[in-house]
Amino acid sequence: MPYAADDATPGPDRDALRARVPGWGIDLDAADRPAFPREQPGIPTGAHWRLPEQQAHGETRERSVEHPRITPVFGTAQPLRGVSGAIRRLAYERYSEGQTPHWLLLILGDRVETAGSRARSLLSTRPDQPITQTGVLAESRRHPIRSRRSPGRVDLRHAWMDPLLVAGPWLLAAGALVGVGRAVARRR
Amino acid sequence: MKAMTYRGPYTVRVEEKPDPTIEHPGDAIVRVDLAAICGSDLHLFHGMMPDTRVGHTFGHEFIGTIEEVGSNVEHLQVGDRVMVPFNISCGSCYFCARGLLSNCHNVNANATAVGGIYGYSHTAGGYDGGQAELVRVPFADVGPSVIPEGVSDENALLLTDALSTGYFGAQLADIVEGDTAVVFGAGPVGLAAARSCWLMGAGRVIVVDHLEHRLEMARTFGYAETIDFGQVDDIVRHLKRATDGLGADVAIDAVGAEADGHVLQHVTASKLKLQGGSPVALDWAIDAVRKGGTVSVMGAYGPIFSAVKLGDAVNKGLTIRTNQAPVKRQWPRLWEHIRAGIIDPSAMITHRIPLDDIAEGYHMSSSKLDGNVKTVVEVSGR
Repeated sequence: MPYAADDATPGPDRDALRARVPGWGIDLDAADRPAFPREQPGIPTGAHWRLPEQQAHGETRERSVEHPRITPVFGTAQPLRGVSGAIRRLAYERYSEGQTPHWLLLILGDRVETAGSRARSLLSTRPDQPITQTGVLAESRRHPIRSRRSPGRVDLRHAWMDPLLVAGPWLLAAGALVGVGRAVARRR
Repeated sequence: MKAMTYRGPYTVRVEEKPDPTIEHPGDAIVRVDLAAICGSDLHLFHGMMPDTRVGHTFGHEFIGTIEEVGSNVEHLQVGDRVMVPFNISCGSCYFCARGLLSNCHNVNANATAVGGIYGYSHTAGGYDGGQAELVRVPFADVGPSVIPEGVSDENALLLTDALSTGYFGAQLADIVEGDTAVVFGAGPVGLAAARSCWLMGAGRVIVVDHLEHRLEMARTFGYAETIDFGQVDDIVRHLKRATDGLGADVAIDAVGAEADGHVLQHVTASKLKLQGGSPVALDWAIDAVRKGGTVSVMGAYGPIFSAVKLGDAVNKGLTIRTNQAPVKRQWPRLWEHIRAGIIDPSAMITHRIPLDDIAEGYHMSSSKLDGNVKTVVEVSGR
């Protein structure tokens, strides 16, 4: 049968919808929705300045090369440091956000920092604790079997390989490091 | 102060950190009463967001009490109880001055594409978040609002992201009366989007997920029809059959970067981090919406490339509308709806945990244990 202009089945009428769903149609008027129009030049924001004051100590902070200068306000949560800091600084200083190496270097910096942090934690008074810090102890109190019996749970289909995929790259990197170390030792 | 800290992928803990200080005259320090774990926090927990540093405190959904204000703060006082939008906004840049409060150009030194977000990596500005006793809140005259009468603490908390983002997602879909809307994802944002579609006049709302307890909430909280995509052979064909072979008028992606349902996409994105996100839900939205329809995307994706079916989007003449919600613009309307009893977002809360149990909270949310939909972190014990 060919398609026709009136193929769509008519929906329920307004009264039926209002009776079934509290508040149906209360924001029907698109022009009266809070984010309409998307851009509203001059919208009150609470700002009582034309240009915000500059936060201090931004001279050496990393920034996207797409910013001509440091932003007036910036986060100071975890300043760059160490090898991961050097990798991240390279990402920011060399590549714009439109270049893939920018992001790949940042991801590399993340992994290098995690590896270093985990190694350093072993020498600290509070080493990383894989049991408590992953939260797996929640399993014992949160109905692990019943929770996973939801009939359509598709994540269970690849659950068997998830630990391999998460831990695999770390194990490969550790293996490669050991291999390189052994090769260097043999040459000496 | 006590704060949740990131230790590397899949590991977090609570530790003592120095108290935040006023670093700019527009700053305030907020003592956190309630925080929440958001689905997008799981992308950080899983190590998907570039430049997530060890020691970072997550948490972009929080309410609390003003502890200290900078010299240029005029609208708030010490002791005010405030709700804080997840966006950090200066209020005066090119974008903020046009209402694009989630796209501020003055608060994120690390990126121009992303605005500032509390506790969301250095890619989002490097601000510690609200899963802690104290938080630095920049531009306090622009972001936070005093929690109004008639809005409970838990409802205020859910207005800082989940409800506002879901409502905004329905707005992005440009719903007109009688539209059929398909919402992918029955997490808090998807549930809020489903509920909001009705407020905007949808004639039919269908929610798609693979977790039965969330679909149940989509039926009770969202008044929606539901489809468990894990129990149908082909969700796109199923949706087409349910919409006269035409497709839905609008589709909303409320899943984002860790969408499941396609093993290759999930593995390459969520596990191997070779994509900015697994665009399974977005691809389904493109396929399941009708020609000329609208796809709304407010699910969170990472900044690198993702394998999106853009060809079909072009071939079908779709409008794809996106953004992170400019949260504060939604509040006056949503306060009205809450006070009028039209919507009660706290009904989505399934778990309340102390800050000390944050690691277990993340695991529970990540592994979808115990019927988890929304976890609230009770920080101050108020």
